[in-house]
Amino acid sequence: MNPVSQQPDDPVLSVHGISKSFGAHQVLDDIDLNVHRGETVCLLGPSGSGKSTLLRCVNWLDPPDAGTILLAGQRVGLRPGGNHRMSDRELAKIRTRIGMVFQHFALWPHLTVMENVMAGPRYVQRRPPSEVRDEAIALLGKVGLAEKANVYPARLSGGQKQRVGIARALAMQPSLLLFDEPTSALDPELVGEVLDVMRGLVAEGMTMLVVTHEMAFAREAADRIVFMDHGRIVETNDPEQFFSAPATERVRQFLARYSSETIGKIRRRSAR
Amino acid sequence: MSRDIDIVWQHRDVLLDGFMRTVLLTTITTIAAILTGAILATLMQSRFRLLFSIIQIFVDTMRCIPFLLFAYLLYYGLPAFGIRMSSWSTGLLALIVYSSAYVTEILRGAWASLPRDSIEAGEAFGFSRFNLFRHIVLAPLLFATAPLIGNQIIQIVKDSAFLMVITVPELTYAATYVQSTYFTPFAAFIAALVLYWCLTMLVETVVAFIDRRAVIRR
Repeated sequence: MNPVSQQPDDPVLSVHGISKSFGAHQVLDDIDLNVHRGETVCLLGPSGSGKSTLLRCVNWLDPPDAGTILLAGQRVGLRPGGNHRMSDRELAKIRTRIGMVFQHFALWPHLTVMENVMAGPRYVQRRPPSEVRDEAIALLGKVGLAEKANVYPARLSGGQKQRVGIARALAMQPSLLLFDEPTSALDPELVGEVLDVMRGLVAEGMTMLVVTHEMAFAREAADRIVFMDHGRIVETNDPEQFFSAPATERVRQFLARYSSETIGKIRRRSAR
Repeated sequence: MSRDIDIVWQHRDVLLDGFMRTVLLTTITTIAAILTGAILATLMQSRFRLLFSIIQIFVDTMRCIPFLLFAYLLYYGLPAFGIRMSSWSTGLLALIVYSSAYVTEILRGAWASLPRDSIEAGEAFGFSRFNLFRHIVLAPLLFATAPLIGNQIIQIVKDSAFLMVITVPELTYAATYVQSTYFTPFAAFIAALVLYWCLTMLVETVVAFIDRRAVIRR
């Protein structure tokens, strides 16, 4: 499974020199980033700064133009020692070890909640159905949706859909979990239930890379904050430092605008 | 008039025989056209543009020619190339080829408008191309196209009537036989019409049933 000798301190995810353009527009510019085992890294930054694209480069949904991505020392997307693309089969195999939670849930609408959670382990990993079923039941319990097992996604609220999305990703037993703005498509009152599940994962020591706009969550749950702007990493800092004494002017601006927006929202709410 | 109805009733076995052949033609064609259409629509997703173009040309050609003409073309054309088949086989082949083109177009169009993100999720979870199609794409595709495929099946029922011109003994052929032998045009054709109507209603009912089940899975 893992032919490359892996030291305990080696990062689970190692991103090196990733660049990516869409046409003339450069979205990512020479990104370096490591995520270690059990670590939660939050990617913050304004819209269009390249956070989601970076996440999608990690599992090669958007192939980067340059740079390397290593998952536990193993290359993703390109064959070792060259710039030859992996075959679909090779890529699929390494993707099974990277879980992903999508902004718009991306559940499979023709499958029940239970079948959504079981599909990957059954059809991709080809694990025995009874074992997969037991695990799926346990995972649905964990995200608080045991009673929705036989319901189709169309019947769920956004928050419930996203919790199924998380259970579905966990069912693959991934070594890394990617979150692409998991709460951005949710009504405000549904954000909490999803963040609660994510906090649980942080506490269990899951290795996670999270693109989010939830500052409070990033502050309390992240081991490290990476701030991006215009396709570059502007600042990497620990959460307390990042929010109380950011190292760069750009982050200070971002936080100032963010907090004034938040305060504005609270004022508008209380004025009603 | 009642004499006519009596005659048609006396020869109901001829009409029912024709009806069963029409049902058989429709059933075989439907299954074959959906399978062929699914394969061709899948091939059109391939990275080889040439393959896409070849299939597209086939689809466009079929959609541009009248079925009657296509049936004639196969019936008289194939023997010229040394291919000899019974009129039944030729007629069935014509129906399958012609309908496959339509089904291909229906599936390809619906495929292009399937929600991109759930297919992408399949890719991110490491589904192979075949498994992605089998487990993630196929069911939503069929649910999305059920009403259109239903229309196409009704079209197959009606196109099959043209096969009388190449002497396939289907329902219209049988009705024509009864009316010309016993000179009962009105009653014989009305009987055929009622049988066609029953068949299309059956198709409609099945499609509506599938469609109801599809609603909560979209």
